[in-house]
Amino acid sequence: MTIPTSSIEQVIPGQGSMAQPATAKKARRQRFRFVSNKKAAVGLIILGVYLLIAVIGPWVAPYDPGARGNQLVQPPSADHWMGTTHLGQDVFSQLLVGTRSVIFVGFFAGIVATILSVLIGVTAGYVGGKTDEGLSALSNVFLVIPALPLIIIITSTLESAEDWLIALVIGLTSWSWNARVLRAQTLSLRRRDFVEAARATGERTWRVIVFELLPNLTAVIASGFVGTVIFAVLSEITLAFIGVTSATTWNWGTILFWAQGQQALAQNAWWWFVPAGLAIALLGTALSLINFGIDEFVSPRLRSMGKTKLKTASGKTVRMRIGFTPVLSNSPEPLTHASVTPVMKEVAP
Amino acid sequence: MSEPVLEIRNLNVGYGLGDQAVRAVRDVNLTLHRGEVLGLAGESGSGKSTLAYGLTRLLPPPGVITGGQVIYHPADGPAYDVLGLSDRELREFRWNETAIVFQGAMNSLNPVHKISTQLTDVLRAHEPTMSEHSRNARAREMLKLVGIAADRMDAYPHQLSGGMRQRVMIGMALILQPQVVIMDEPTTALDVVMQRQILRQLIELRERLGFSVIFITHDLSLLVEFSNKIAIMYGGRIVEEAPASAIYRDSLHPYSAGLLGSFPALRGPRRELTGIPGSPPDLKGMPTGCSFHPRCPKAFDPCASNIPVLGRPDTPDGSTRSVACWLHPTAQPVGL
Repeated sequence: MTIPTSSIEQVIPGQGSMAQPATAKKARRQRFRFVSNKKAAVGLIILGVYLLIAVIGPWVAPYDPGARGNQLVQPPSADHWMGTTHLGQDVFSQLLVGTRSVIFVGFFAGIVATILSVLIGVTAGYVGGKTDEGLSALSNVFLVIPALPLIIIITSTLESAEDWLIALVIGLTSWSWNARVLRAQTLSLRRRDFVEAARATGERTWRVIVFELLPNLTAVIASGFVGTVIFAVLSEITLAFIGVTSATTWNWGTILFWAQGQQALAQNAWWWFVPAGLAIALLGTALSLINFGIDEFVSPRLRSMGKTKLKTASGKTVRMRIGFTPVLSNSPEPLTHASVTPVMKEVAP
Repeated sequence: MSEPVLEIRNLNVGYGLGDQAVRAVRDVNLTLHRGEVLGLAGESGSGKSTLAYGLTRLLPPPGVITGGQVIYHPADGPAYDVLGLSDRELREFRWNETAIVFQGAMNSLNPVHKISTQLTDVLRAHEPTMSEHSRNARAREMLKLVGIAADRMDAYPHQLSGGMRQRVMIGMALILQPQVVIMDEPTTALDVVMQRQILRQLIELRERLGFSVIFITHDLSLLVEFSNKIAIMYGGRIVEEAPASAIYRDSLHPYSAGLLGSFPALRGPRRELTGIPGSPPDLKGMPTGCSFHPRCPKAFDPCASNIPVLGRPDTPDGSTRSVACWLHPTAQPVGL
């Protein structure tokens, strides 16, 4: 009844050695599939621009952001692309220089919080028992602590509130939510058969966690990271805006702090606060888009679909939906291979 | 029996688009007559479920219907194409005209609602003018019809056994008295005694209510006993269609013969059980010609190059059956 594999390969075309190039191509496609998601691609491009500015911003800035000039509160001009402040400082330069601090704090806090949440959440979920209770209690405590007031108190008691310190404080206070999500996910994963099997074969705990659990948690961790970055960026800007951090290191919040202090709105100096506000909104949008992209990438159903809209033979565009399978053509003629391909044209969603 | 209720014409169903597309159901022609039990059998992956979900347009993304017609003949009024219905018409068509009992149906019940709520929910959606009292009366009647005491109305799904849950699902499917009921392996998870009981009941109900059944299973012995007509699917195509007894006595297609040879008969002389060597074809890289020829013990010259067409065979009972095999060159293809 059993046939050696080689003979099956011989009789079924497309499964033998011919299939080799196709799989290589498929693997490559799979690697770039996340980027081929439009939302993720747009988000990644915007984020890339921000990262670039964060690196080269201070070098390409036309002026020293703190340098005073004699053109006070001037609207955008050829000299000052985004106008000037009440001290004649160049807003464009402030924006460029301030990007580094925002990006640095966002990512540093995100990394700190993600590492903490993975350590605490996965350990609590996997180990269980007393450890779980202790770690859960800890994250519950951090969950109910109002993060921003705590950050304000900590940073205002510190002598010099430098970027890395602010990032550390934000990171140390914002890991609890992700830890809870990861704990819940780990609890469900650890009951699955493949984890039980790994344990039954005597794998060490760290190996089960790193090789069996973490790959399945990647998406949750990634979206948690992106969420924390958004939170950290907004926290830092809020801190600067209310004047808790030092007013001499530039970030977008500092710009808004000075604009608010000098009543830019009342002076109709829109160029003072609009660019920074837009920069914040755009960064938030980019990170959210990446998050959506991860979500779609994770859901296997959405992932396998790719295109969601398609054209019928009569030229109408239909959506793929659960419960209403699209009908591309309802002609009673039998289909040949030749007639299938033109009908199944993909259209952009 | 002669009047058709559902005609499937050249139905093509696939998954995905463009060069990644998989054609899971290919040019299927099938007619379901009024009051008939039509069995669909075949290996896993032969396209049985895809066919059933495709013709009801229930296939989830990335499933697409790439061509064909499904002509429905209502009890009164003109026939129409189900694939041409708008979304709203389709919603009305479902359950009123065609109901479906899903694979693993007994797990389809919502564990936090009472049976009664779930039964009357259908009525609330489809017949909003019905009074609360008559809705309950109908649900009670339906339960009794499928052999469950009416006092189980207020039970939760976990308080019922697997067989009872399955009956509730069948009752739910029949509650609007549809003309066609599609059952996708409705009894696979149950033991044989329960399978038999439920199917007996189904056949009785069919005689009383007069609906037609499309019954999907890979358990051919079950079909031989309960269905009027059996269609065997392989690689997305129907390879043989014949009255149940004819398939059992002399199946014409080597694949049907292989399926029948793989389970023992209760009576009669002992014979050696044989399986079908090899495994089902990959739908992405179908063999050329007849898709069964790499596994077929009787394959000869034309099999590898030409696809056989489903047609009436040249046998005494040829007018009642059809087969797609080069061993039985057909006088005329099963046409429209």
